[in-house]
Amino acid sequence: MSTIFRKFHHLKEKLFLLALIATTVSSALAKDKNSISIACGAVGTEYEFCKSATQAWSKKSGIPVELVSTPNDTNQKLALFQQLLSAKSDDIDVFMVDVIWPGVLHEHFLDLNGKIPADEKSAHFKNLVDNNTVKGRFVALPWYVDTGLMYYRKDLLKKYGLSAPQTWAELTSAAQKIQDGERKSNPKFVGYVFQGKAYEGLTCNAIEWTTSFGGNTFVEADGKVNANTPANIKALETALSWIGTIAPGGVLNYAEEEARGVFQSGGAAFMRNWPYAWQLANAKDSPVSGKVGVLPIPKGGENGSHSPILGGWHLAVSKYSTKAKAAVELALYLTSEAVQKERLLKGGFFPTRKSLYKNSTLLKDNPVFTVLGQSLDSAAARPSRSTGSNYNRVSNEIWNATFSVLSKKKSPKESLEDLDKKLNRISHGGKWK
Amino acid sequence: MSSHHALTARRRQAYLFLAPSLIILLLVAAWPLARTFWFSFTDATLSLDNVSWVGLSNFKNVLQDGDWWTSVYNTLYFTLISVSLETVLGLGIALLLHKSFAGRSLLRTAVMVPWAIPTVVSAKMWSWMFHDLYGVINDLLMKVGFISAPIAWMADAQLSRMAIIFVDVWKTTPFMTLLLLAGLQSIPTQVYQSAAVDGASAFRTFWKITLPLLKPALVVAVIFRCLDALRIFDLVYVMTSNSRETSTMSVYARENMIDFQDLGYGSAVSVLIFGFIAIFTVVYVMGSRVNLVGGSSEKVSN
Repeated sequence: MSTIFRKFHHLKEKLFLLALIATTVSSALAKDKNSISIACGAVGTEYEFCKSATQAWSKKSGIPVELVSTPNDTNQKLALFQQLLSAKSDDIDVFMVDVIWPGVLHEHFLDLNGKIPADEKSAHFKNLVDNNTVKGRFVALPWYVDTGLMYYRKDLLKKYGLSAPQTWAELTSAAQKIQDGERKSNPKFVGYVFQGKAYEGLTCNAIEWTTSFGGNTFVEADGKVNANTPANIKALETALSWIGTIAPGGVLNYAEEEARGVFQSGGAAFMRNWPYAWQLANAKDSPVSGKVGVLPIPKGGENGSHSPILGGWHLAVSKYSTKAKAAVELALYLTSEAVQKERLLKGGFFPTRKSLYKNSTLLKDNPVFTVLGQSLDSAAARPSRSTGSNYNRVSNEIWNATFSVLSKKKSPKESLEDLDKKLNRISHGGKWK
Repeated sequence: MSSHHALTARRRQAYLFLAPSLIILLLVAAWPLARTFWFSFTDATLSLDNVSWVGLSNFKNVLQDGDWWTSVYNTLYFTLISVSLETVLGLGIALLLHKSFAGRSLLRTAVMVPWAIPTVVSAKMWSWMFHDLYGVINDLLMKVGFISAPIAWMADAQLSRMAIIFVDVWKTTPFMTLLLLAGLQSIPTQVYQSAAVDGASAFRTFWKITLPLLKPALVVAVIFRCLDALRIFDLVYVMTSNSRETSTMSVYARENMIDFQDLGYGSAVSVLIFGFIAIFTVVYVMGSRVNLVGGSSEKVSN
């Protein structure tokens, strides 16, 4: 009898606990009916900036804003957004989207034409506006730009009497010379680090190499698959020559942060990375603070071009939003000149508005700004518009093809031949859906 | 007559008690499984617009894809090596912990720590430790003098497979230990006492008494681990991302289903994984000749 009673007592406790959990969960899920929810940034400064800017708008407009946390990894973020949007969910009103996503997600976003002031579009760089226009629909407001940059150690270049490299060949020999010298005191020192892990970042690096040698982005703008070209082969051969010489073998598992970890702790002479690394490398607690310079991504050769990849994040409004008008207002506020300027000064996020690049006081304070401003016109775009909803798969094939070259599983020519075959199979001969 | 009546009533009562769990199982297991089977014969994408029947073509494409077979190979390689190592190590540690010594309960708790850490956390932690330039493992090896230049653990397919197996062994050996320790504790001490009286050596005692009597626990522990290992996803995904050279069946399925939004193709992969594991389980259970189902010989009497 007593055991039955005890059991019953336990059951009651459990039920109580369950009820408690249920109420907590439901109250956490219930969102304010009038509030706008925005997914912008996941961690660090990006999240903090988004929080302060949305709060400022909230105060002005009287509409509460909720921030939705998302995964930090680009691919995972896209997967989550695709799931949400496929379900026509109105959970998130404003999405922060990568420059490569308009082609993938455009049908879920509101056409902003006619919903924003007429001069708004022309205030941003044209290639960004073009990028965000799919089938005539303008689906996202440019927010900030990213491009690949070459970080280097000014002190080491000076120490070995080298000038800033303009081509990959110059970079290779400079990196080798510094590495040889530095290894005497630091056996782990390496010449060059980049993003060699099998993920989107490797696609970015690969396209910077191929386009800098006068090659292409594997899929042409009209959708034609054309990976196996002499210039592309030359580019991959060059990259292959770095592995185990100026770049550590481990670079094949480096994303941005692993590369920065090596460079910022003083372990590398050159690093390819995005603008975000500038402020961190020059922070007070950084061992290389004040010793870092930036250059455009090198040219393939004398006839090549500086062609950093075009990156960046933009704001789109969900078609399924029930508060579209307020959501557009919020996106307009966040992409306004004042907010972009503040984000540049305090967070190092580079503006998409042309007017800010003409501001000489801004230019003077930040060397990255100068390099970036020069690079934007020649930046290479990933083949996301031509391949549309297949971009993920295309990029996956590009990074895997590049990875098998860098890991010495296939020769550049073999790998690019296979890539051509695969891309043609996915697209049924270049006819992307 | 009345006893027969009572029996039916009892049966009915039993079904009544089982009903809630059966319904829940149908909802959370049978229904999604059935839908996956259905999707595998369609060209559905995640948006579920314009779904049409494509017959067996998804399966044909999966089986023709070299990447799928690489991931099958990787999964089998991983399962075989990691489960073998975990079994041997788990058995060894369980035997040690079965002996009585001071601080045994503390040690028993301590060995569970790796198992208690969420896999994603331990995967991230280990991939930092395996980092070639600032990872602690290369640093230690270089200080001791085993290696002169850093090793790129996570870059080479062969080495990263080893690293993944290492982390899995580190993490799941405690699980094996726990199950085997429970098995050891169920062996009556009298058997050992009489073996000692007969003068059997320690090895003979282990071989003739411990191992045969531990077999049921061992078989269960190994199948649990195998089923888990055949579905390995988190460690591989966190440690080596999307590299084709180390991808496993589950990583391949997720890539197609989520990254490529190809629900039909991804479902076909999932169905293949399901079939694969089902066949493996049946063969294993039949091969091991241990009654895992239990109860089939105990009919309801009186």
